[in-house]
Amino acid sequence: MRKSLAAALISVLALSACGSGDDSSSDGASAASCAPSSGPVSLTYTTWIPGIENVVKAWNDKNPNIQVKVQTGPNGNGGTYQNFFNQLKAGNTPDLGHIEYDALPSFRVQDGLFDVASCDIVAKAKDQFIPWTWNQVSFGEEKTAWGIPQDSGPMALFYRADLFEKNGIAIPKTWEEYAAAAVKVKAAGGYITNFSQSDINQFAGFAWQAGGRWFANDGQQWTVNLTDDNTKKVADYWQDLISKKLVSTVPPWTTEWDNAYNSSSAWTWVSAVWGANSIMSGAPKTAGKWRVAPMPQWSAGENVAGNWGGSATAIFKNSKHPYEAAQFALWLNTSEEALALLNKEAQLYPATTAGTKYSYLANPVEFYGDQKIYELFAEAATQVTPDFTWGPTMTSTYTSASDGFKAAVSGQGTLNDALTKAQTSTIDTLKSQAIPVKE
Amino acid sequence: MTAPVLIKQRALPTLVMAVCTLYFLTPIWWLFVGASKNADQFTSTNPLWFADFDLFTNIGDLLAYRDGVFLRWMLNSILYTGGAALLGTVLAAMCGYALAKYRFRGRELLFNVVLSGVLVPATALALPLFLMFSKVDATNTFWAVFLPSLVNPFGVYLARIYATASVPDELLEAARIDGSGEIRTFFKVATRLMFPALVTIFLFHFVAVWNNFLLPLIMLSDERLFPVTLGLYTWNTQVNQIPELRGLVIIGALLSITPLVIAFLLLQRFWRNGLGAGAVK
Repeated sequence: MRKSLAAALISVLALSACGSGDDSSSDGASAASCAPSSGPVSLTYTTWIPGIENVVKAWNDKNPNIQVKVQTGPNGNGGTYQNFFNQLKAGNTPDLGHIEYDALPSFRVQDGLFDVASCDIVAKAKDQFIPWTWNQVSFGEEKTAWGIPQDSGPMALFYRADLFEKNGIAIPKTWEEYAAAAVKVKAAGGYITNFSQSDINQFAGFAWQAGGRWFANDGQQWTVNLTDDNTKKVADYWQDLISKKLVSTVPPWTTEWDNAYNSSSAWTWVSAVWGANSIMSGAPKTAGKWRVAPMPQWSAGENVAGNWGGSATAIFKNSKHPYEAAQFALWLNTSEEALALLNKEAQLYPATTAGTKYSYLANPVEFYGDQKIYELFAEAATQVTPDFTWGPTMTSTYTSASDGFKAAVSGQGTLNDALTKAQTSTIDTLKSQAIPVKE
Repeated sequence: MTAPVLIKQRALPTLVMAVCTLYFLTPIWWLFVGASKNADQFTSTNPLWFADFDLFTNIGDLLAYRDGVFLRWMLNSILYTGGAALLGTVLAAMCGYALAKYRFRGRELLFNVVLSGVLVPATALALPLFLMFSKVDATNTFWAVFLPSLVNPFGVYLARIYATASVPDELLEAARIDGSGEIRTFFKVATRLMFPALVTIFLFHFVAVWNNFLLPLIMLSDERLFPVTLGLYTWNTQVNQIPELRGLVIIGALLSITPLVIAFLLLQRFWRNGLGAGAVK
């Protein structure tokens, strides 16, 4: 991650402030800072959600005294996060910003965010969110929150019902059955799935489901654990499928990759809820042939899901109107009106419990043979384990891991080697940014 | 005897040229073919040959998408680039001319400072510029991209070399004797003589500003101010989320290179003259 030394130094101060200052000061000081402003307020909100103007317009029409102006840019890692960091340096961040869960910790260590839990309206709304999504913004702490959860990516198994049926293969309920099915699929001339070699987030979702916990922060120090036993188990599992050539390994998000699905050579995809749309537009020839089933389990009878993606609406600490910003962010991420619009414009899947049950998600989906797939995802959303924490330097962790994954896929080293390397390089990166880390 | 030798002599350069041409044109060919396909055929048919020819439907889709924001970006790019290249060329010509034709203290020092500016990549300046513009509250404005784009040290360098070589001192003397002021002499006499160099500077500058991506990326957050490069990049980063954008990015990329192609086709003969003249003198 491209951060300057100065920013790194700030992060030390920030972290020590997080560790020691919060409990004593938050009640008095920041509660006062989250007071309503008098008079009309205008807010800026930077996001790359497509079609967001239409959602914000609905708010602006009804709230003449709190007008929100949308700013945009590329997605977070494509440049908007770096812009946020630059703006933090220059002191001209927008009031609100779109930040993915895995990037929130890096803003937190740089002390860039306003603690929204200090706003009473936010504290009251906490229970509306699915507990694990709230954990993504609170990092498991009681009285803090560094954003309002916006969307989530509970995972499930997308599969080609027609091909499985034609070849008499049962839909795998466990990972063991999935590996067995992979052999049969290969015999039938296909691949069971495509292993995502460069987008580590899918693997992170697998590890999340298996109980891998990559990062932890005790308020003083970070712990990095990319190689815990649960993650190793997942890495060994996929390494085995890769070594036996039971999965294809074309790079994700390319036309080749779309084509693997469109031409029926890849039969399943363990992906997040938003993947439903990826298949629809990437593999239009296969309309009506896909179905969705719960994610395969590590032990038969369990019901645990992973998560892939999701983001929060954060308020930057130099916002002059955090109360109004929080009001808007709550409306945006909890009201049925806004959630329905976000889903229509950008297929965002809500982070609130009520949101997953709204009527716009109850309809059967034609592409999936009229299956009510979102009911299944609503179920999965409740099965994601809550205590997965991201680290403060995910970009560099991803880069290192994906370099190793690409090598492993082409036969050099294994996924576990890649994770071991990523572990070392992540610790080095933390140290180089002067972020305290336990070894 | 001579004929086969001649063929042999020509065969090798021709072959090299053919390979180079193929190498340079294949991506553009791919882009053109890709832009002419619908989403389904884009992934499923031969990437280097046509399927159903949907180019115009695709262009229509692109121009209709989000109330034609793409057109706005193209217009912005032309404003940033055309404006900055035009003004920047005039500025560079004036500087270069002054450095070549006037004797004053610190002239060489000044020239060396300008020259060292050639060595500093524009990318390295983007962040400091952002912090400076932040101080005066001018980020996220047209000027935040336009003003820094005016500067072109390489243009000053070229203008100076060319003015030294192609504007005779005697001619300037004659103009002065005839009562022409310095500014008038510059515009009426010097620029005519420097014209090929000015075209070269203009083209270089045009391409540099058109391709300057980092500065707008850092400066701008209002979509209505984006140049087309940043706009397309923004879409491209959203392909995971909104896969239909991929098609639009491809068509947009094709359309976005057309102004460059047009600028080159129109100006290349001047450019050739300019390079030739500079080389001989």
